[in-house]
Amino acid sequence: MYDLLNSIFGNEYLAAIITAALPLLIFILPFALFAVLAERKVSAFMQDRVGPNRVGPQGILQTVADILKLIQKEDIVAADTDKKLFNLAPVLVFVGSYAAFAAIPFSSAYIGSNIDLGIFYILAISSLAVAGILMAGWASNNKYSLLGAMRSVAQIISYEIPTALVILTVVIVTDSLNLGVISEFQTAYFWNWNILGGNLPLLPKLLLIPFMIVGFVIIYVSTLAEVNRTPFDIPEAESELVAGYHTEYTGMKFAMFFLAEYANMFAVSAIVTALFFGGYQSPFGYLGNLIGLEILIPFEQLFWFTAKGLFFVFVQMWLRWTLPRLRVDQLMTVCWKYLIPYAFVNLIIVALIILL
Amino acid sequence: MALKTEEMVLNMGPQHPSTHGVLRLELELDGELVVDVKPHIGYLHRCFEKHAESMTYPQVIPYVDRLDYLASMYNSFGYAVTVEKFLGIEVPERVQYIRVIIGELQRIASHLVALGTYGVDIGAFTPFLYCFRDREKILTLFEMTCGARLLYNYMWIGGLSHDLHPDFVPKAKEFVKEFRPTIKELNNLLSYNKIFVERTANVGILPLDTAINYGITGPMLRASGLKFDLRRNDPYSIYDRFDFDIPVGQGLMGTVGDSWDRYYVRILEMEESLKIIEQALEQLPEGDINSAIPKRIKPAAGSIYGRVENPKGELGFFIISDGSTSPFRVKVRAPSFVNLSVLGKLCRGHLVADVITILGSIDIVLGEIDR
Repeated sequence: MYDLLNSIFGNEYLAAIITAALPLLIFILPFALFAVLAERKVSAFMQDRVGPNRVGPQGILQTVADILKLIQKEDIVAADTDKKLFNLAPVLVFVGSYAAFAAIPFSSAYIGSNIDLGIFYILAISSLAVAGILMAGWASNNKYSLLGAMRSVAQIISYEIPTALVILTVVIVTDSLNLGVISEFQTAYFWNWNILGGNLPLLPKLLLIPFMIVGFVIIYVSTLAEVNRTPFDIPEAESELVAGYHTEYTGMKFAMFFLAEYANMFAVSAIVTALFFGGYQSPFGYLGNLIGLEILIPFEQLFWFTAKGLFFVFVQMWLRWTLPRLRVDQLMTVCWKYLIPYAFVNLIIVALIILL
Repeated sequence: MALKTEEMVLNMGPQHPSTHGVLRLELELDGELVVDVKPHIGYLHRCFEKHAESMTYPQVIPYVDRLDYLASMYNSFGYAVTVEKFLGIEVPERVQYIRVIIGELQRIASHLVALGTYGVDIGAFTPFLYCFRDREKILTLFEMTCGARLLYNYMWIGGLSHDLHPDFVPKAKEFVKEFRPTIKELNNLLSYNKIFVERTANVGILPLDTAINYGITGPMLRASGLKFDLRRNDPYSIYDRFDFDIPVGQGLMGTVGDSWDRYYVRILEMEESLKIIEQALEQLPEGDINSAIPKRIKPAAGSIYGRVENPKGELGFFIISDGSTSPFRVKVRAPSFVNLSVLGKLCRGHLVADVITILGSIDIVLGEIDR
């Protein structure tokens, strides 16, 4: 994609920028719109309700209507807020969650920015959101916002440790930080996916399987916590803290937090997919190979990647509408007493297996 | 040298998602630890007791409905029973049975709201809608009976406003049959959920002696381990004819008297109510429902205290008569009000999130607290 654009524009900076920004425009923004609607429809399904069905056929334009409504809303900034931080915070959160998509490989032909430090970059850039959240909580000059922001920061930073440890495990197996390479490593069929030991010789592969499954569970739980989803939605626990750090936000600024949350949901699902479930690789081989149309393959890959990502998003929604919420101290207990030690032991064992 | 720290005062409510109405809590926090809780009430004060002084006895009933608006039937049940005792009226058998059936259905409906909103407080939204779906069936039965869904004005002094609809008995039997499995479903979805148990067990433990000292009644007292239920201990209406158990807290998941026990006692009570409804539907006699309604209500000068087991606890009416057609004074002993008084003691030393857990487990209705 980058090469193609480079040849069209003849300017490598412009080409790079457009390549990196494309997923945002063609994929993530529509996804956020879709996900909000999907969440409402899924929850309605699980709760024996109908869900939105007034705007457009079957209510599919509901989110569009919501966004239009939010744009029209008065942008209220309370009197005692720190205005600069208050205005900057949603932008930072938004940027943090959307910039992560630049390094995610959607198919073998398309990766926004094919950098060797891909997964490392994602970890770093998504941590930017923490600063945004803390800024929002502090600048709002509201006790609920501050409590929510403090909880959120503590939570995200804590849960980044098990996430990083599990990512390291995968990196040891695949020998690369580049998500594109990691996806390529799990090529061809589903038994080559990392969750089933990756594309390794039979013995280490069989030994790895249980530890990769443990790793997957750990990273899934901790990514749930990182994107503040139930049962870890403590920062925005509406029954305690009203809406947490975005209590004071209205209109489009609120919508930015909201969209960032949904973009994050897909981002972490995409990362989990790329790390453990073959990324864009098809589980059964490609139709393109079968009928001899190789140009089809990237599109098939895009389909598989989206399908896998959406499946994990669906599981997140499923959990949200099933489970209650943990308390803040229990949340920390889960992280520090269980996930981190397990992730660490898991990492060492996997490293030993690979050494063998 | 220790850093000088200062407690933060957090004002929770009256506009807050989980203070169950317009209750305002003044929390004193040390970080997230609760140092003190002061409930401020009165945002829903409607001068019920003063109004009652200028009404005739039957005119008070619609106001009584508005006390605990989630259990309207039971409020008027209590008031009617008290005034009947005052007047010495013997109420027909059929009326007694209908009152018990409707009253127990109302108890289930009230408990469903309590359990469902408790789920929301803990963060589980779906059980709430399941509970409301089932409550809807009860409201449909009530609508069929008297036309109203929330405030019924159904139980009159000496009788009822309407007889049962011909379809009521089969529909009620169908409800009882359908509802048993949904209790199991609710248990699987919420009651035994690991996270839910972690959040509620051993939180807000109310020892029995404290409960008695504070005058706590209803499911809260029973959760602390005392088998005290006015339906059994001071039977009114015809409750002495039915066979049912009084569930008490056993500390299955933690300590006796914790929030989980308070929650679970309500679940068990719903099953007992179903038993009573089944028996009453079987024994329901034919008869006239209006024969005992007095033309003119004018009790002799004096006073009386009548009490019934409302879904939330002991609902008492203290009525003073000066011999005229309107009461001189109607004092209500509201169970929510008394039960709320122990909140500060339960919350001290817990986290902010636990305040919500504990408040939800008390199951308050502000209409009754503020009157």
